[in-house]
Amino acid sequence: MKSRRQFIKISAAGAGAAALGLHSLNVKGLSILGKEDDVGPVSDEEMTPYPTYCEVCFWKCAGWAYVDKKGKLRKIIGNKNDPHSNGRMCPRGTGGVGMYYDEDRLKQPLIRETGSDGKDYFRKASWDEALDKVADKMKEVAEKYGPEAFGLFNHGTPGGHLEHLLRAYGSETNAEPAFAQCRGPRSVAYYSTFGAYIGSPENTDIRDTNCLVLIGSHIGENMHNSQVQEMSEAIDKKATIITVDPRLSTAASKSKYWLPIKPSTDIALIMAWIHVLIYEDIYNKEFVDKYTFGFDLLKEHVKNMTPEWAYGITTIEPALIRKTAREMAGAAPAVVIHPGRHVVWYGDDTQRERAMAILTALLGAWGKRGSLYFAEKKSIPHFPQPEYPEPEWTWRDLNDGKYQLATMGVTTEILKASIPENNPKHQVRAWFVGGTNLPLSMPDKRLFSKAADSVEFIAVMDTMPMEITGYADVILPEATYLERYDFIRSAQNRVPNVALRMPAVEPKYDTKPGWWIAKQIGERLGLHEYFNYDDYAEVIDWQLKQIGTSLEEMKKIGVKEFPRESGPLYLAEGEDFEFNTNTGKIELYSTDLADLGFDPIPVFKPHPEPPPNYYRLIYGRAPMHTFSRTSNNHNLWDLMSENNVWINPKIADMWELKSGDFVWLKNQDDVVSDFPVKVRVTERIRWDSVYMVHGFGHSNKKLTRAFARGASDEDMITNVAIDPIMGGTGMRGNFVTFLKENPNKREEVES
Amino acid sequence: MRYAMAIDTAKCVGCGDCVVACQTENNVPHGYCRDWIVESVSGSYPSVQIEIRSERCNHCDNAPCVRCCPTGASHIVEGGIVMVTHEECIGCGACIESCPYDARYAHPDGYVDKCTFCKHRVDKGQDPACVEVCPTHCLHFGDLDDPNSDVSKALKNRDWKVLAPEAGTKPQLYFLT
Repeated sequence: MKSRRQFIKISAAGAGAAALGLHSLNVKGLSILGKEDDVGPVSDEEMTPYPTYCEVCFWKCAGWAYVDKKGKLRKIIGNKNDPHSNGRMCPRGTGGVGMYYDEDRLKQPLIRETGSDGKDYFRKASWDEALDKVADKMKEVAEKYGPEAFGLFNHGTPGGHLEHLLRAYGSETNAEPAFAQCRGPRSVAYYSTFGAYIGSPENTDIRDTNCLVLIGSHIGENMHNSQVQEMSEAIDKKATIITVDPRLSTAASKSKYWLPIKPSTDIALIMAWIHVLIYEDIYNKEFVDKYTFGFDLLKEHVKNMTPEWAYGITTIEPALIRKTAREMAGAAPAVVIHPGRHVVWYGDDTQRERAMAILTALLGAWGKRGSLYFAEKKSIPHFPQPEYPEPEWTWRDLNDGKYQLATMGVTTEILKASIPENNPKHQVRAWFVGGTNLPLSMPDKRLFSKAADSVEFIAVMDTMPMEITGYADVILPEATYLERYDFIRSAQNRVPNVALRMPAVEPKYDTKPGWWIAKQIGERLGLHEYFNYDDYAEVIDWQLKQIGTSLEEMKKIGVKEFPRESGPLYLAEGEDFEFNTNTGKIELYSTDLADLGFDPIPVFKPHPEPPPNYYRLIYGRAPMHTFSRTSNNHNLWDLMSENNVWINPKIADMWELKSGDFVWLKNQDDVVSDFPVKVRVTERIRWDSVYMVHGFGHSNKKLTRAFARGASDEDMITNVAIDPIMGGTGMRGNFVTFLKENPNKREEVES
Repeated sequence: MRYAMAIDTAKCVGCGDCVVACQTENNVPHGYCRDWIVESVSGSYPSVQIEIRSERCNHCDNAPCVRCCPTGASHIVEGGIVMVTHEECIGCGACIESCPYDARYAHPDGYVDKCTFCKHRVDKGQDPACVEVCPTHCLHFGDLDDPNSDVSKALKNRDWKVLAPEAGTKPQLYFLT
């Protein structure tokens, strides 16, 4: 049966077709700027720098986009006054120019049509036509089902403009993969322990720490800029680094202690560390007595969780567990137990994060120099607008009583509510998607495909022909961050600060800024009061003036710091402090979790093991890419054009595989990868696991460089362990085996 | 005056920022690079070590590329920087073959190209683009004859090595170990 929502892999109507020719020139070399401009370096003095903050990842580093006298964007350099970048962009920020110059960009609005042959294709459309179509559909959905039935999947600043539009329209049915597919468990765990979130950039005082503990966190491969810089500073200062990872990550290679743990057993290790701190009497007594609740219960709870007990589970030797626990105690309170970022692994992730938070508390490593500091952000007043209408139901109602501690929408619940067969209490009928490529960021592709197939309408706003655009009815091509005004960046840090993003260059092709797109739709829906400006610069200028600066000043400086208003960075010695929890204390024993019927203190529970000849699929980041977003960026593609599957030499021998061989992956549910992936035989990975960098294996041919390069780990993730506390999707319980012959031969790829 | 660079392998994470910054600073064509990352792995699981190095032209004191250049396009300027005058280069490739570090490439426009230590920046007192961008501060540049330069200070208290010392090229990239 033909799917109603046929995924459009290629554009029959010619959009983007010209790009193929350019790609083939690559072997001969193609200057970034084109031959006529191949003039070598231009001195900074001959160029104009425009302030921006980066949108290649969520760290949002501020910098300067340098434009030469011919109006060509040449390079992006960090803003020295910016605490996210400290004047040094990461490779992705430096390579942001590649996002602007990408010849595969979405170039004009596109509308889905069905041809006489029954095949769907995209037709070029005018902005008016595309915007009318989206607005008409929003009106129709509101009239037929209520605006709540129009869901939103969003991320980053583009998603933010759409969120404003949808809220004004009356829908709060929104979710971003950044919660249930990423850091949600961390937010919930730290909030239930300390009554405070970790936030972003994380409030980790790595710069001044004596001991940095990384549990599965691979700083240096995750290129969260200032954090990587601070880890480097900590190395200079001879801080002890302890890394727990089944793979010798870059960070592990720079650590004094690497604990090559058996995957899925981290909770046992952390509980054993807690056991050692308590039973060797080396925890921070003063801190624990003054600030925590439930110590005696915790002490009883971990009584038998000895390093010997943990050894049988984790494969980490008891002596090493004791030694590392003592290292932490010796360095306390200047210890950072890094809470991690992408932490949805096994479905008990909130509990693992809780264990990390408890360990943090026992070390007194909270609110102290070198641990977790009190971050502050500058509050930006809202541009005058009416209150948002109150929706009759929101994303919360879709959880149907589950995931009570979820603080943001759960993506998978919106997907489930989009499928009528699930008899959802509230059915989601249409989607807006902005700044997130769901097919490569959501596990369980069957759920996604079914949901996409079920809804009446999908509008996608993006800069690139990501896979999600293949499911769209209307594609709205957004200008890149280098070509648009955007929200003022105000993120937490040691010192509150704001950063400006303004256009350095005119939008290429027929693309438009996200704010403009949202406004145009809003105006068509009669929501003018929410979009009461002609240019977003007016909003920014008004907001900046409220906080004592202006657009004019910010154009010159890019970043501005403000004095702290919330008090010092750290707790004073013996200071009284009321934590925002039920008990007013740091909850070693969580009263919230107890009330909801969850383990109030974490318990290690074993997870399924790989069947014979299958290996646990572990995935992570590469420093030069941001998931699937950057894989087609020419500058970054030059650094890494595909992912590999890392295999331990013992296993490779068994399979007679060597580095450079191609294999297809098959998972425990017999799902086979679309594309082959290159083998990397390396001692850096355990024998029971394989490792891949996430974000490759693009299936959209419009991404001419990234198409079919490497394999998508996400496709292999069909077994999802849901975190019952907050709805996170644990994705590390998938096992793959290798196929040496092409299993997809029958299905010729469309061309 | 003797320009040199020290690369701190204890801090380098191999992110490749130096490569992209060089590409945008010097307009290096896509598909080519003047600097690159090498990762060497030794040992076996779980006793594994890796060394990550940001590599580029070694600006050798005894540079085989300069000696073998038939036109004099490859030459050494003040401060010991090995340069190629594009207009004088006939693209014969002898220098590419003679370099033990594989630091040169044939530019699609017909000449041989390589790292210049960003001479255009250094002349103005700036650091090379790769040094200025490095998020881990693992690259140190400066004048070896100046004891207060970044590179001199970096070399003072650390063990270091050079690559392919047996080639006798007297390279000026120092890898802090």
